[in-house]
Amino acid sequence: MEVLNRRTLEEKLFKILMVGSLCIVIGSLVVIFGLVVINGASSLSIEMITQTPRPSTPGSPPGGGILNAIVGSILLALPATGLASLIGIGIALFLQSDFLHPRYSDIIRFMLDVLWGIPSIIYGIFCLMIMISIGMSSSILVGMIALTMLEIPIITRSMDEAIKMVPIGLKEGAYSLGSTKIETAFRVIRRQAFPGILAGILLGLGRGIGDAASILFTAGFSNRLPTSLFDSTATLPTMIYNLYSTPLGQSKAFAAAFILLMIVLIVSVLSRLLTRRFKKHIIK
Amino acid sequence: MENYEIETKNLNVQIQKNSILKNINIKIPAKQLTAVIGPSGCGKTTLLKSFNRLLEIQDEVNISGQILVDGENILDRKASEIPDIRKKMGLISQKPYPLPMSIFENVAYGLRIHHNKNAKELTETVQHCLEEVGLWSEVKDRMHDPASRLSVGQQQRLCLARAIAVQPEVILCDEPTSALDPIAAQQIEKLLLKLKKDFTVILVTHTLRQAKRVADHVIFLYFGKVIEQGPAAEFFNNPKNPETKAYLAGEIS
Repeated sequence: MEVLNRRTLEEKLFKILMVGSLCIVIGSLVVIFGLVVINGASSLSIEMITQTPRPSTPGSPPGGGILNAIVGSILLALPATGLASLIGIGIALFLQSDFLHPRYSDIIRFMLDVLWGIPSIIYGIFCLMIMISIGMSSSILVGMIALTMLEIPIITRSMDEAIKMVPIGLKEGAYSLGSTKIETAFRVIRRQAFPGILAGILLGLGRGIGDAASILFTAGFSNRLPTSLFDSTATLPTMIYNLYSTPLGQSKAFAAAFILLMIVLIVSVLSRLLTRRFKKHIIK
Repeated sequence: MENYEIETKNLNVQIQKNSILKNINIKIPAKQLTAVIGPSGCGKTTLLKSFNRLLEIQDEVNISGQILVDGENILDRKASEIPDIRKKMGLISQKPYPLPMSIFENVAYGLRIHHNKNAKELTETVQHCLEEVGLWSEVKDRMHDPASRLSVGQQQRLCLARAIAVQPEVILCDEPTSALDPIAAQQIEKLLLKLKKDFTVILVTHTLRQAKRVADHVIFLYFGKVIEQGPAAEFFNNPKNPETKAYLAGEIS
């Protein structure tokens, strides 16, 4: 009887712990979202997304919108994510035992994990140094490269984990039909691992669009809309930082944060819908 | 003189330094159904997968000896020729693994990678292969549904259709009925009997009764060695080896 009590108690304790952790996670999401909305509501207007900033007069909040930052963020994060995904899928497929002996792929995986852990400011400074040494100045192009470098390890490792989960029987089936390694990788494995691959891309995009440190020096800052790859540009994270440090700009900063959150949310929902279309083919 | 499809000479296979197959010398007659029997873990699947060089996608596999297919040692062939070797040997696995695409595309996959067929030929061949395995009438209205929605028995027949679409010479079956219900299993057995007219069928099974029902030729493996091989009638009615007698009597398993 006593043993049973201890075991039921254990069961209850862990249940409470698990529900507690869940509440903390969901709670933080709700609180963050709530704070952003409450603080930014007064500045949220259609102007925010249709206008660029206007020079503010002392004593009044900064005027205009943040269109330049929205455009900048999209121009930086989308191509960077696309590029990193392209490189990532190649590396991830090559890391599988079909192509590379696990002895080597484990070393590469370890290196990618180290790269994942490097703070983004380091990527920023690294690109800044290269940028200066070849005589360039902060621009969309350099910021894009910094973001790509930041995203490659994240996207590659997530794709790699998804591809590793493809059942060996499926590979054997494809090989038995006389497929080459490349055909198996790109026609069969890629399809089977698609939801995981997409999740990896999203993870990279989320990280890229929200990262400020890597593009602080590389993309620079500008109040105007960029017109070429070599223009510097504002992005949502740098814009939030700028607005928040401007007198009376805090409310606008929260409104910008809300827009950033919305972009991430829309991308997530869209890709979920996209995944569902492909999920029906997955073999369990 | 009987016509042999596959012959092995002193075939040895080690996986991660464990000897799985020891000095295998067997002959597999063409256009017949050969059953490979023996208790689980005796190397039946390994033997089967060595025939289409599928073992090599694993790590640390050492293969020595000869596997002669059409008189040529396939172990000598270069890595770039492996897809051609595999194309000659369809594989039906224990659990069916349809490709992650539609029913039509599953059968068309092999045709697409090996032959340049136009859309009409492709559709005709796919239909023909599905008819061969008795699946056509069941799926003809949902050819573009995902293959994953079929029942396991249907999936197994789809895998058979997919295999014969690339016109192999041999069909390797690794306990193809063990995951199926009795009715689906019976369908597969009947199909294999039908298919042996056009293909050499090698059936790995651990159910003795299945081997008795369908086999023309039997190979008995025990702990990685061939204990006895020969025509089914002789093997079951007049076994020579004491271990075979014991296995047939159910004394060892």
